Amino acid sequence: MHFAFTEQQLEFQSALRSVLENECTPDHLRAAFADPSADAGRWTTLDEMGVVSLTVPEENGGLGLGLVDLVLLLEEAGRAALPEPLVETTAMAAPVLAALAGRHDRCQRALEALVGGGLKMAVSQSADPLVPVAGALGADAVLMTVVRDGIREIHLVPTNGDGPEVARPEPVSTLDPTRLVGRFTSDPTGSATSIATGDEAERLWGDLEQRAFVATGAFLLGLAERMITITVDYAKDRKQFGQPIGSFQAVKHLLAGAQVKLEFARPCVYAAAWMIDQGDPSAARNASTAKAYASEAATEAARVCLQAHGAIGYTWECDLQLYLKRSWALAEAWGSADDHRQLVLDSLVDEFG
Amino acid sequence: MTEKSMDLHFTADQEAFRLEARHWLTAHVPPAGSLPSLDTAEGFEAHRAWEQTMFADSWSVVAWPREFGGRDVGLLEWLIFEEEYWRAQAPLRVSQNGIFLLAPTLFEFGTPDQQARFLPPMASGAEIWCQGWSEPDAGSDLAGIRSRARRSDSEGGWLLSGQKTWASRGAFAEWCFGLFRTDPEAERHRGLTYFLIDLATPGVTVRPIPQIDGETGFAEIFFEDVFVPDAHVLGDVGQGWNVAMATAGSERGLSLRSPARYTEAARRLVALYASRAGDAKARRLSGDVAQAWMDAEAYRLNTFFTATRVLNGGSVGPEASANKIHWSETDLAIHRTALALLGPDAERHGGHEGNAWLDGYLFALAGPIYAGTNEIQRNVVAERMLGLPRK
Ligand SMILES: Cc1cc2nc3c(=O)[nH]c(=O)nc-3n(C[C@H](O)[C@H](O)[C@H](O)COP(=O)(O)OP(=O)(O)OC[C@H]3O[C@@H](n4cnc5c(N)ncnc54)[C@H](O)[C@@H]3O)c2cc1C
Repeated sequence: MHFAFTEQQLEFQSALRSVLENECTPDHLRAAFADPSADAGRWTTLDEMGVVSLTVPEENGGLGLGLVDLVLLLEEAGRAALPEPLVETTAMAAPVLAALAGRHDRCQRALEALVGGGLKMAVSQSADPLVPVAGALGADAVLMTVVRDGIREIHLVPTNGDGPEVARPEPVSTLDPTRLVGRFTSDPTGSATSIATGDEAERLWGDLEQRAFVATGAFLLGLAERMITITVDYAKDRKQFGQPIGSFQAVKHLLAGAQVKLEFARPCVYAAAWMIDQGDPSAARNASTAKAYASEAATEAARVCLQAHGAIGYTWECDLQLYLKRSWALAEAWGSADDHRQLVLDSLVDEFG
Repeated sequence: MTEKSMDLHFTADQEAFRLEARHWLTAHVPPAGSLPSLDTAEGFEAHRAWEQTMFADSWSVVAWPREFGGRDVGLLEWLIFEEEYWRAQAPLRVSQNGIFLLAPTLFEFGTPDQQARFLPPMASGAEIWCQGWSEPDAGSDLAGIRSRARRSDSEGGWLLSGQKTWASRGAFAEWCFGLFRTDPEAERHRGLTYFLIDLATPGVTVRPIPQIDGETGFAEIFFEDVFVPDAHVLGDVGQGWNVAMATAGSERGLSLRSPARYTEAARRLVALYASRAGDAKARRLSGDVAQAWMDAEAYRLNTFFTATRVLNGGSVGPEASANKIHWSETDLAIHRTALALLGPDAERHGGHEGNAWLDGYLFALAGPIYAGTNEIQRNVVAERMLGLPRK
């Protein structure tokens, strides 16, 4: 039992933090809000650091690392509310592309573009191909699943370039415009886009979902911490009744409650990442625990941080909004806390019931 | 040197230790619920006898050095032992104030003579300890303690006077560790000293207090010029606050509440739910059942995360306060959910069948109060983890 990260993992985390502190500031986020499709150059930076291809096997040019290596980086991405699709590309899609690259040219080419080529991926959460997909507008391709006649299929749908299989999503307007949500107006999946079916597709998609829960959870941890930090700073500074509002016990207890939730969400996310890397048979349950806990932690942080700001927190001008909106979106994405509680319960009843 | 990467498995040796503990417990643990309540005179002695059974085979304090009755195993092995202990539904530990709270403080601050004198009978259950900190006018504001200790040079010790209250197990315990004011002139936190007090000393009066369930789970203790020799001062005179904070860290942090207590209760909650899973009421409570299990699981994981940090030379600071909030709320959530599942049966109590969930709930209700109330812990989290201003 050694439940800790290595020096190297912690150093990678702080290196990414320094980069994002310069390249993903609230001003940058505001620029992204104004023009979400503009390229801020961050994706190239992340690519050059090896972050984007971290989970790609070494023989394909990546770092060949796992989710335990990635979670701290995703937490940093969350702290910065990174607009680029690191969760989708690196945590979710890359292992699927790598698993199929030997058999499908399209996966092989996508993987090559992912390593050093700036490829961005989006992943659909629903088996209904017409349901909006986060990140679809900014992505080069969307990984989708459909179930036809009870058989699961996975598709790689390109969204730019030409060719008959290319499908262009149309914009869906959302509160946080950097989510770049898009929707296909007709089913873009077909034999030209199919990359896996049947048992293999079930397994690959099941694994992808577990990674999605944990990776989104890690991002939410970062968001929660950022919101609490912003609010603690504000509460030390803002005075009412002649004293900092952070000295009022009502304000302290709001923030302490959120901090406790965050403290206990963290090990849930880290342990689930490790279990997934190990192929542990209980990984699914812990991945759901991680997402449920992280969603609750971020939702609670968002609530109390807005409250502790008073009216200024309700403004466009206040940076808090940049992180609130992402938290609200991600708390629901890839299953809400409630959805995951049901998944956890089903698996518990199977085991202990 | 390659650095160790994350690994949540136990070693083969640790798994062997687990099996050894499991076998011993299977052979020795009395049937669940068969001992009378430890807050009755009869139950207290039955629980003491259980401590002696464990001690005889060196299972009562596994993490202590062998010379004091332990097995000299590490923190992780202790956590493994606790997992097995709770899985076996073994009796509550009547000696918990001694072995979990005082002992870590004795190891840190005690002289070799004090360790040799006090640890073995603590481990065997021959001497059971209670904690004498709270007073009628000093609860959350513990530094407001008024009980006094006056110097008696002629006798080579101290004369204690005043009143302590809410001392758990105090009704039947032999010894008490307590904080007394030795320097009334000094600043509130400075003039306190930590004493080890034999409750059979003349001048001590113990008055048991019935708790919410009617049993005398705690007591008030009156002191009238009670003599305590210098040899029974723990740490330096005037340093009682610092010594006490080490005990408080154990109480809120790693040692008092091992996660197994909650993971086991959560497992039983799931079984209760499954036995009623057809009910509409159970279905409505399904989210609460899952959340209670996850709260226990989060506590378990956080404990191993913290234990790793401690084993690597780190310490537990104000996180102990976050910990205390979490375990106390988890305990409540588990039991509240169980009672909700039981519905109209939840009120049944005592008698032939008893109702362990209700007893557990009553006990859980005290969790946010003792070991420093959760409001006080939130102050600590806000001020010392987040850095918000004190005033
Ligand atoms: C079952 C049980 C066992 C116990 N066992 C022991 C024992 O063995 N030994 C021992 O010494 N003590 C023991 N205690 C006592 C326990 O430590 C105290 O009850 C606790 O410290 C609170 O003190 P109090 O009861 O005087 O409440 P008070 O301090 O009067 O508090 C009453 C309420 O006011 C709130 N409050 C007080 N101050 C503040 C503040 N600054 N900010 C916000 N809220 C505040 C509290 O949170 C609480 O809700 C036990 C208590 C219980 C219930």
